[in-house]
Amino acid sequence: MSGGERIEPTIGILGAGKVGTVLARLATAAGYRVLIAGSGAVDRIALIVEVMAPDAIATTAEGIVAEADVVILAVPLGKVGSLPLVALSDAHAIVVDATNYWWPVDGILPAFEQTELSSSEIVSNLMPGARLVKTFNHMGYHELDSEARPAGHPDRKALAIASDDPAALVIVAEVVDAMGFDTIDAGALVEGIRFEPGTPAFGATASRVELVAMLEADGNPALARGRMSP
Amino acid sequence: MELGIYTFGDLKAHPLTGEPESAHARLLRLIELAKTADRAGFDVIALGEHHRKDYVISAPEVVLGAMAAVTTRIRLSTAVTVLSTQDPVRVYQQFATIDQISGGRAEVMAGRGAFVESFPLFGYHLDDYEELFDEKIRLLLELRDNEVVTWQGRLRPSLDAALISPRSFQDRLPVWIGVGGTPQSAVRAGMLGTPMFMSFFQGPDSGRRLVDLYRRAAASAGHDDPGSLKTASGGHIYISRTSQAARDEYHPYYSDYFMQLPQFARGMPRETFEQWVDNGLIVGSPQEVIDKILRHREILGVDRFVGQIEVGSLPGELVNASLELFADEVAPVLRRETAVTANPR
Repeated sequence: MSGGERIEPTIGILGAGKVGTVLARLATAAGYRVLIAGSGAVDRIALIVEVMAPDAIATTAEGIVAEADVVILAVPLGKVGSLPLVALSDAHAIVVDATNYWWPVDGILPAFEQTELSSSEIVSNLMPGARLVKTFNHMGYHELDSEARPAGHPDRKALAIASDDPAALVIVAEVVDAMGFDTIDAGALVEGIRFEPGTPAFGATASRVELVAMLEADGNPALARGRMSP
Repeated sequence: MELGIYTFGDLKAHPLTGEPESAHARLLRLIELAKTADRAGFDVIALGEHHRKDYVISAPEVVLGAMAAVTTRIRLSTAVTVLSTQDPVRVYQQFATIDQISGGRAEVMAGRGAFVESFPLFGYHLDDYEELFDEKIRLLLELRDNEVVTWQGRLRPSLDAALISPRSFQDRLPVWIGVGGTPQSAVRAGMLGTPMFMSFFQGPDSGRRLVDLYRRAAASAGHDDPGSLKTASGGHIYISRTSQAARDEYHPYYSDYFMQLPQFARGMPRETFEQWVDNGLIVGSPQEVIDKILRHREILGVDRFVGQIEVGSLPGELVNASLELFADEVAPVLRRETAVTANPR
């Protein structure tokens, strides 16, 4: 059941897996109209949406590009290529990149190796017209599910957020806030590297104050690529 | 409820001595573990399949065959068989063989695995990740149910009236599907009508919706009695005399173990570990562990719980002490408690 009045914008979630269904639940609980799409036809995910995020609306990726004001990428990074990137780019959509270069599952993706770029900058380059915002990526889906709290709650946790588009960042920060988390503005997209795999912030379930300290910690570039072997 | 253990056959260097055990010694110790678990009355022991240096088991079927020969009543399973990169015909033959040797104690738990090393190793593409598992689990169930199989798929050569031999000792070799939290995997297990296993690092709450999804998918596929489909849960387990001792003893090894995951590349902070334990990670005194496993039963209605008894460099003495408490102080209470109450499902 929706927890509040319906408020704009409409949220579209690309991916009906572990992360996508949790974000859909949080967004519907915040009162948003939420569209969610898996790969392919609507009937493939109808039952999943009914059980996992009953107030969200199952649709297609194309439906999301057409209707959503904020589009969240909730697929493994290796699947981003199968999303309607051209349409998202042409629509100048606000796109939230919740993906990570997660090599144990995605395998080694050469484009994300041997680079000092944030993985979100590489994703952004795949849809140059889109207004890309990086957040939701550094907290596990179990914690996203269980740690959402109303604004001002003493146990509220924080999520880092980064974008080259300050206006888009503000819009997404409001959505994140409504979904149950404080945000820490980490700056431009390049700063996204401060909350990628291997950094202190990655995997942390941290308050505002704790997260600020983690984001300021010096990054180890080898670890920041998420690869363990020193 | 049924109780058991599982292990990946961790082969990790001790953080202090720096030396991993030899594969020879480690495998013999695994076979001893099976004997101990069998004598202690556990219902099942399951082995993970990995293709990495830090785990000794890449061929669980072979280890289970050895275990079959030295045990008498414990069931022999996997957790999981990485079916996506194996040939279902070979999987069936191997488990049917274990089933014959053991007089009907073999099971297969098919899954996609947490790692992807097996894909390049056996010449598969990660692009086919979804389709590989989907096609192969369907074929495995065909082979399990039919001695002569004609089959056509996309990722494996066709079978034309192929004879699949030997058959299992049991009428139907149990084939479980291991699910890691992906909703689509629960739907698949439900639609295929296979029993479903879920593992949890922390508490079982996130599994509630998965079980619901599983049973509704089974009903939508026309299975007669979706409520009768078996489920199991599992996760890391460590038991010591007191709550504090369990936490103190386990944390250094648990932290070391998790360094293989990107989010814990620097180890797992004690604070995070304490959060996990408070949230349901099965670490504690016998009474705490009883309560935590009963919570799996209450929330999920599971018919079976299996605990991952070894992780990383956790020394054999601590594993054995924990296993002894599981067998002597935890299991009897759980059996008693769950025998008198109907499954809440």
